Order: sequence, then structure tokens, then C-alpha cells
Amino acid sequence: MIIIYSDDKKLTLELLSKGTEIAKELDEKLTAVIIGKSDEALAKEYIAYGADNVYVAETSLESFKAEEYTSILENIVKETKSDAILIGSNKNGKELASRLAGKLNAGCVIDTTNLYLKNKKLTAERMVYSGNAIAVEQFNSKPNIATVPSKVFDPLKRDDSRKGEIIKKKIEPEKSNSKILKVQEMKTEGVNVEDAEIIVSCGRGFKNKDDIKLVDELANVLKGKTVGCSRPIAADLKWLSEDHWIGLSGHKVKPKLYIAAGISGQIQHIAGMRDSNIIVAINKDPEALIFKSADYGIVGDLYEVLPKLTHAVKEKMS
Amino acid sequence: MNIIVCAKQVVDASEMKVDPSTKKPILQGAPQKISDIDKNAMEEAIKIKDKHGGKITVLTVGPSDAKERIKELLAMGADEGVLVSHPEKYDYHVISSLLAEAIKKIGQYDMVLCGEASTDMFSGQVGPRLAGLLQIPQVTYAQSVNAEKDKVTAERNMGDKAVTTESTYPVLITVTKEINEPRLPSLMQILAAANKPINEWTAESLTSGLRPMVETIEIKGVPMERKNIVYQDDIDESVGKLVDSLAKEGVLR
Repeated sequence: MIIIYSDDKKLTLELLSKGTEIAKELDEKLTAVIIGKSDEALAKEYIAYGADNVYVAETSLESFKAEEYTSILENIVKETKSDAILIGSNKNGKELASRLAGKLNAGCVIDTTNLYLKNKKLTAERMVYSGNAIAVEQFNSKPNIATVPSKVFDPLKRDDSRKGEIIKKKIEPEKSNSKILKVQEMKTEGVNVEDAEIIVSCGRGFKNKDDIKLVDELANVLKGKTVGCSRPIAADLKWLSEDHWIGLSGHKVKPKLYIAAGISGQIQHIAGMRDSNIIVAINKDPEALIFKSADYGIVGDLYEVLPKLTHAVKEKMS
Repeated sequence: MNIIVCAKQVVDASEMKVDPSTKKPILQGAPQKISDIDKNAMEEAIKIKDKHGGKITVLTVGPSDAKERIKELLAMGADEGVLVSHPEKYDYHVISSLLAEAIKKIGQYDMVLCGEASTDMFSGQVGPRLAGLLQIPQVTYAQSVNAEKDKVTAERNMGDKAVTTESTYPVLITVTKEINEPRLPSLMQILAAANKPINEWTAESLTSGLRPMVETIEIKGVPMERKNIVYQDDIDESVGKLVDSLAKEGVLR
């Protein structure tokens, strides 16, 4: 049995797609797990997207907590004697997968960017050394646990004629000595950099928060309208909310065009945008690392370059 | 309050060289350091000790030269170090099992502090995995921690949500880089650290029969094919050339 779980529906659909492929090769069944309230419509949707079964673990838990969710999944894995567990790689999923791996003494690979069978063994690839290399990791003992970030795999086409069994069970999780006091939506500006086709990003080269309008203006004429940034702008200075943050611990993006202005090109930032189709860098330091990762670059003061570039793009496009 | 800080010696990825032909990283002779976020964990431990008293033990699984890295954390303010030898073959299962056994040997503790992830591998697996092995609560991605006498509260960054979690002791907490600014030890502190004890334990003395569940079969290079066309003359001219190039690439539509 192969188990799929994420609290994010979109991620679950992507995992189901890869899961079906691996399940077929191993001649195993694919089970999607839902934890929380019973949701018949969601269960049917998971079947339409590739699940052979859906296991609904009904609990009264109000919000995600790794300890309880781990004990629920641990029960399901043991009951179904599962060989592989694929978990969506958001923050909840990562801490869930890791704790589960500890409980089961299982192998676990976090943030896999590719997953396949090699000599019948599950094999996972992941970025290491801040995006400087890819490690190929092979499981040599079961169960196997892997987490997969969003957008690594494409979901299958929905097929409502697919049949599958929906198993409902009440599971009382182990009690834990921690409790959640408050859950608050993060302050965001509603930006989705991961889906953007054109992104203009700013970094430490900007002197004031107000100057970010230079990036806004360029993004607007490019019809990308999406502004990104490097770590200091979101995490340290907090000039932009974290939904703009591109990098290893921020968002990973792959737009058609990525323009980095005033970004030095630390590898942590490169790791977040290296899959972009075309990369443009604007930096006043000709030695800046960012130029090594760029297709096109302009050496110059962004305060002079950006307004001129905005103007020139506007002319070209009209 | 007895606090254990787990720290890892890592390759300094920002100093890492890549072989120009294979694109693979050159690991031999690459500079080593303490993973940055583990220093944030150390700093937080010192703040909690300042408030409640107690003892801070730094725990590392690593090669023998990791002793030098432990000294850095002793200089920052840890009281004692423990270095568990690196087995020849290891994965997260092996490392976290060794950490768990070492923690049991250290004995009484209230809090285990880890960085959210190491800067070389960035899995973030060891903290929660260790909490699972120790069967204690895990409070991950903490951006602020308020330790009181019988409980601790943390503000956590869970991506799209900010979550406040409370736990009794013992507890394992992983911290993010934003939680604090790690102190730089003074020369006096660096000198004094030489007299603080570092216990060296072998992996075999803690547990036997550990074997990796996951094997790294290859480290591949990442091809980064970029045109690297840089305009650096007159700004107006550069802008004009860039816009022409972008138009040819078909992205100005």
C-alpha cells in the first residue's frame, strides 16, 4: 500500500499523480488519507484524481498539530502495512513526516524534486548545499517516507468514472503535552509568486521602503504585476510580506522572466529562482554573484536603470 | 532549567566551489562551520538560562574536528559539550537515534533546542524526528520563545499561518534565523571556553546495530546554463540592448 497525505488539496492531487505511477509499477494500491471531518465530496475527488481508496480518519481535532497527526498516521501505516508514505511538503507536512519517521524508525527524504523506482527501490532526489547540488537518495528499508513540495508533479486529469472505496474510521490520537493557543492568518499582500509568469524582485540594493515602487512600476508595464524579493526585504526589514520572499526558505519560482534588481545573488536566493526561463540582473557591482546566474545583466545603479528600463519597455510594448 | 542545544558542523555553502567540468561541488577541503541557525538556537538557550539559571549542554554528532566548532558555542555561553563520533555510514535515522541516545545519557533535561534546519542540507528533519524518538512535544519554526517556570510559549511561522503554541517540559523547540541575533563571544570568553569540558562518546558506546535506512547514491551537479550577457557601458545604451534582447526572447508581450 502507498499512502498519500497533505492538508493541502492541491498538493494531494499532485501527489496522487506521482503515487499512481509508482503504485502501478510496484503493483500496489494507492490510498489517500483525509484527517479531520468526514468529507465525502473531497474523498470522491481524490478517487477521480487517482486514489484507489480514501481513508478518512475522523477526529475532533480543531487544528493541525504534529504530535496528534503523527499518531493518527502511524496507526494508519501500521494497520494498512504501508510501504511508502508520500506527504505534501508544506511546513506542517515536513514536521509531520519527520516525526513519523522518528516514530517508525523509517527512512525519510524531505523536499524531493524527483521520485522514481531504481532497481525496484524508491529513489528520491533533493537539492542540497543551497541549491549547488542534487543528492540522489535511495531507500533500502521500508516503510519509505518522502515529502514533495507543490508544483513538482502535475495532477492527473479528473476522471469521475473511477471507482474506489471510502473507508471511514474514528481515530483517537495520543494526547500531547502541547496545545495551540492561537492560529492567525499571516499578514500577506495576496501575492502568489509561485504562479507568476513575470517577476521583478528587489533586494538589499534598495535604500528605502518607498523605493520599491520602482519595481512595482516595472512589473506593471511588463504585465507581470508580481513583485518578489530576497530574504532581507521580507524577513529582516519586513518591507514586503513573506508571500513575496523568493529563496531557499521562501518561495521557489519558475517564471518566464525573472528580473533581479539590487540582489547580490546569494546562493539561497538563486535556489529559489534558478528554474526561471530567463533571468535578468541589475546591480551596480560588476562582480556581483547574480550576474553568474543571469542571461542578461546591466551593471548600473538601479535608481537610474529601473526608471529607464520601465520607460523603454513601455515604448517597446506599445 | 537544563537545556540541550543540538548543533551541526556543516560545509560553508557560501564558500563552496563547484568543479567547472562536472558542476559537482568540491567538498574536500571546503571550509567548515557551525550551521548558522544552530547559533540562533544557542543564543536562545543563553537567554533562557539568564532568566531561569541552569545548564546548557551542546550536543553534536560529527567528525573529531567538530570539537573546534563546539568550542565556539562554549565561548558563546554553553557550559559543557558532548561530541558523538560520526559513524561511517549515516542518514537522518542514524543521526537522530544517536542524538536521542546521547540525550538519554546526559540525563535530566527540560528543553532541547535545534535550528529549524541545517544550512547544508536544509531538510529540517532532525528536530521533529528527535522529538518523535524522545516522545516529547515538538514546537517547530519558533520566531519567539517565552520560557516560564512550568511552561513555554512560542510564536511560530508556519508559512501562511502564524501559530502560537504552548507546551510543558520537556519539550523540543526548533528556531528560525529571525528569532535573535547570535552574540559574538569576547576574547575573554573564547579563552575561558578552553577550560570547559567536552565529552567525547563513540557511537558504538551509545547503541549498536544502527544502520542507515536511506543511502545517498550520488551527489549530482546542477547544470546552470545561462547566457551571461552583461551590458556595462552607458546606461541608456544598456537598457536599449536589454529591451531588444527581451523582445527577441518573446517575453515582452
